[in-house]
Amino acid sequence: MTVKDKTKETASGQAYKVIGTRPLRPDGVDKVTGKAIYGADVQLPNTLHGAMLRSPHAHARIVSIDTSEAEVMPGVKAVVTAADLPDLDDIYADLGEGIVNLRYSSWKVLAHDKVLYHGHAIAAVAATSKTLAEEAVARIKVEYEVLPPVLDVLEAMKDDAVILHEGLRTRELGEKLEGRTNVASHIQHQRGDLEAGFAAADVIVEREFNTSTVHQGYIEPQSATGLYNDDDRITVWCSTQGAFGIRGQLSSMLQIPIARITVIPTEIGGGFGGKLDVYLEPVAVMLSQRAGNRPVKMTMNRTEVLQATGPTSGSYIRVKMGATRDGKLTAAEAFMAYDAGAFPGSPIGAGSSGIFAPYRLDNVRIDGYDVLGNKPKASAYRAPGSTNAAFASESVVDELAEKLGIDPLEFRLRNAVTEGDRRADGPIYDRIGFIETLTAAASHPHYEAPLDGKQRGRGVAAGFWGNWGGKSSVSASLNPDGSVNLVEGSPDIGGSRASIAMQLAEAMEIPYESVRPQVVDTDSVGFNDNTGGSRTTFGTGWAAIEVGRKLIAELKGRAAILLEADADNVGYGDGVFSSNGASIDLTEVADRIDETGSPVVASASVHPTGFGAAFAAHVVDVEVDPETGKVEILRYTAVQDAGKAIHPSYVEGQLHGGVAQGIGWALNEEYVYDDEGHLLNSSLLDYRMPTALDLPLIDTVLVEVPNPGHPYGVRGVGEVPIVPPAAAVANAIYRATGVRLQSLPMAPGKILDALWAADES
Amino acid sequence: MQSFAFEAPTTVAEAVELLAERRGEARVLGGGTDLISQLQEGRRTAELVVDVKRIPELTALNYHPDSGLQLGAAVPCYRMYGDPEVAAAYPGLIDSAELIGGKGIQGRASFGGNLCNASPAADSIPAMIVHHASCLIAGPGGQRTVPVEDFCTAPGQTVLEAGEFLVSIAVPAPPARFGANYLRFIPRNEMDIAVVGAGASVVLGSDGETIEQARVSLGAVAPTPLLVAEAGDSLVGKTVSDEAIDEAARLAQDAARPIDDMRGTIRQRKHLAAVLTRRTLTTAIARARGAKGPQHG
Amino acid sequence: MADRVVVDTTINDEETTVLCEPRQTLLETLRDTLGLTGTKEGCSNGNCGACNVLLDGVLVNSCLVLAPEVEGRTVTTIEGVASADGLHPLQQKFLEHAALQCGICTPGFIVSSLALLEENPDPSENEVRFWLAGNLCRCTGYDKIIRAVLDTADAPQAAD
Repeated sequence: MTVKDKTKETASGQAYKVIGTRPLRPDGVDKVTGKAIYGADVQLPNTLHGAMLRSPHAHARIVSIDTSEAEVMPGVKAVVTAADLPDLDDIYADLGEGIVNLRYSSWKVLAHDKVLYHGHAIAAVAATSKTLAEEAVARIKVEYEVLPPVLDVLEAMKDDAVILHEGLRTRELGEKLEGRTNVASHIQHQRGDLEAGFAAADVIVEREFNTSTVHQGYIEPQSATGLYNDDDRITVWCSTQGAFGIRGQLSSMLQIPIARITVIPTEIGGGFGGKLDVYLEPVAVMLSQRAGNRPVKMTMNRTEVLQATGPTSGSYIRVKMGATRDGKLTAAEAFMAYDAGAFPGSPIGAGSSGIFAPYRLDNVRIDGYDVLGNKPKASAYRAPGSTNAAFASESVVDELAEKLGIDPLEFRLRNAVTEGDRRADGPIYDRIGFIETLTAAASHPHYEAPLDGKQRGRGVAAGFWGNWGGKSSVSASLNPDGSVNLVEGSPDIGGSRASIAMQLAEAMEIPYESVRPQVVDTDSVGFNDNTGGSRTTFGTGWAAIEVGRKLIAELKGRAAILLEADADNVGYGDGVFSSNGASIDLTEVADRIDETGSPVVASASVHPTGFGAAFAAHVVDVEVDPETGKVEILRYTAVQDAGKAIHPSYVEGQLHGGVAQGIGWALNEEYVYDDEGHLLNSSLLDYRMPTALDLPLIDTVLVEVPNPGHPYGVRGVGEVPIVPPAAAVANAIYRATGVRLQSLPMAPGKILDALWAADES
Repeated sequence: MQSFAFEAPTTVAEAVELLAERRGEARVLGGGTDLISQLQEGRRTAELVVDVKRIPELTALNYHPDSGLQLGAAVPCYRMYGDPEVAAAYPGLIDSAELIGGKGIQGRASFGGNLCNASPAADSIPAMIVHHASCLIAGPGGQRTVPVEDFCTAPGQTVLEAGEFLVSIAVPAPPARFGANYLRFIPRNEMDIAVVGAGASVVLGSDGETIEQARVSLGAVAPTPLLVAEAGDSLVGKTVSDEAIDEAARLAQDAARPIDDMRGTIRQRKHLAAVLTRRTLTTAIARARGAKGPQHG
Repeated sequence: MADRVVVDTTINDEETTVLCEPRQTLLETLRDTLGLTGTKEGCSNGNCGACNVLLDGVLVNSCLVLAPEVEGRTVTTIEGVASADGLHPLQQKFLEHAALQCGICTPGFIVSSLALLEENPDPSENEVRFWLAGNLCRCTGYDKIIRAVLDTADAPQAAD
């Protein structure tokens, strides 16, 4: 929990008063006492309960659906199928972490003519109780024509593969190709002369990697309550990372104007990218409309969550990199095929942008493919597409360093990107802190500590995430006691009320405790993009800074009236307005505001683009039991450029959480399918996320290289911590055992197999 | 979950009557950690659920150094390790009691329930087998006793006949220089189903070197937990040595007839059967020589 | 409609009578019948600990208890942890250590930790991890949770 003890200064030299401190979060008391209302805690009067019929098959044509028996059951108030959804053309929407085609989203919400994965929703019932709804669902009869499933990404790409969508055509470099296919898109990033680059290399390493489908694993299952009211207005209460995103999807999918839709975000019990898309919301609304405008509540169970939401792509990645004897990378090439699941939209875009992003490369080519398969549609998961990409590239980098006899951090330092360097996919870096991050990792006591004992090894890996800006709006009003009510629209998923309120307090030079932040519904604040892309503290924080500056500017005028001074001559600092030797506290101005005019309110909207990339370097020690193949994480240090840590505790928390998820992905998490495409491990017993006993305390180092694209230097911190762990753990396992694992998860059975194979060869 | 009736009898006779009336449609509820989740998921059905925890014999936990342990079939795990005498006398049973589910599960789950659920991977059964435990069963025809190793007949199946239920488990008092252990292999460190489980017990001679009695039991390598008699027998009369332990481990491996499933492969399980047998025997021997039991707190 | 049973129980020191179906779990009864939604549902099969409560002082997963089983017994939920005097020290330490991010697992962790400190007032880090292994958290990597529990145990007021 080391925090670099830097002098707390702004870019312009003045000391921060609030930023960098660790106040209690405003929503904390409700969350430790059980009062906070999450998705499934919403209890409206006269509510009906919904349940979903889901496919027992991974791939089948729906021949017929007979809901008649369910419809006549006493207590059943409505039944819906895809036939009740408007038939949509292709409509593309940006959910912040990727573009989706809402036509496909609609087919995901309720299966259109085919079921495309085990657990695909087919029909829904609203009834007077949850158990009754479930019983009614069981009476819906569906006739299927079962089709063979497509479960492997390389198989799916073959010419003779079973096809999921007859109408799908590959988009390749802006063109639409001919022919039936499961490849939704092919993207390519290219620069320099690859052949010459490899010719200049003294060492070349080329390896293939496979990674399994994994889930975000948020503890709160999806839940939504929908009300289609008698006045044709729609209200939806749901646990989401973005109420405005849900509103937009509802509007497009149900063909209802935005003006008639209100989305009320509840507290959210984890998302990690998995709560951007609609699943239940449109269904609850349709059921409500057909059930006499009563609210309908739908909550998934864990099996539904694992079968039908989330996951992030499994992948096949081939990486080839070359370097000179003195440790300079000369060329890099990647072939990446990501399993999108049933509909286009794997995170291949971010994955292909990021795979070589930490390194200066003159000769590079990256080919990325978005490939369909009979699995739930991939949705965003923390630094989407980047953990598996880094697993591949950082394993190869590690092997290159080893072959060259260069320390792995030193090798990375020799090739690290810095300000002015261009990424393979185009963007040029502004001021970034990758070199500072690598240097801090190399000088951390962990990296120098002796690691004794057999079967122990230390691994390192780096990580990149581009971050995002998005649009944020807030409004604020000054109270007579000098406190400020801050109204924002970014769901608080991990302490962002605090980090946003702190930036307002800093901007206004008032105590943090004087700011009361609230997350409100889509009717009550300007547009906000999702809480995602590591943007909230950056973007919504910036909006809060803007609104604070506006309030102070307005208050200077009010203070001028009270001071009987010229507004242009009023200075402000530390809660006090002054002019020509006279001064007045902000609290007094607030108290006497009626003497100066109308109440003081302000709003601000921002759409910042200088979000600044995030870099991380992780160091991990492992011990491998050679008889069982089990890996124990002995020690873990995560170093990261945070730009400026607003609330260091919650920044550290982001590092801790990302590392924990990354370790889970590295060691045990995976979707296990049988040959027919049934998901076998849709429980938290068999989908093995790390427990408290599987992890050590996680040391964090926050490097602060201010982001020039933010008033306080903030850069997003939430996602990059999940990028390095899988590679770092793989590199550590290699040091411990002499075997390089090239498949995730590195579960005990797989490690045993690899150790045996090494023994036999 | 389907609808069912609920009864909570207070005597064994009452329970037998309820179960006999409903025959196959009644389910016995102990700690409920298996049954309730199976009912929720539709993996078992019931018209009547009979909660046996209000029957004194089912929740009795009595230990005497001479007569051993009487463990009511519904005594939750936490009461076993929470009883200092029981914990001191049977560290090999406590190994299991402490690793079944999380603490919330251990507040409810019982060895009796673990037995009746008859999972091939049940964590308490190999431990009970190596302790020579036996089951007291009550039914319409009176009471009978069955050794633990004979209780399970197939995955999810037991010797219990319609109307019968498990009342308690008897574990003999540990003789002098007795040591036992149970361990399992799981990918995480807690909250998992055994890929392979192994239990062992030994009685050493007064020299602390000669093995006078030994038992080895394996879980998750066959349709039911196995007593591998030949592995234990191979040790009897031998002096403690790596070779003797390796030989027992080899015999245990030979006895294992696992399947491939999502939790492990045949090769992995056969391999682990030997590894775990060796490790569990080593710990059992150390305990017979006076080493302390599990120290999780 | 299935037969219903009347269950008399004590929840957070209040005598409570509930009419319920035998198939209802304690979790469903707390949340849906009594409106005590502080107890969360994460998996409904005992693998996440979000629904943990104390039953006669013993830690249990309320998703794996049938409502009629609590007849005549006492239940403590997260709503019963704080008192009129304020937050319980555990709750205060969770806040101070930023031991929650999304907060959905927090009630379960606090109830489990309460049971731990009752049983073992001075646990080691490993003992805390072992005890809390049945509670899943996906946000924090457990680091700050472990620190909060250890710090509560170290604080003098935790002795109550």
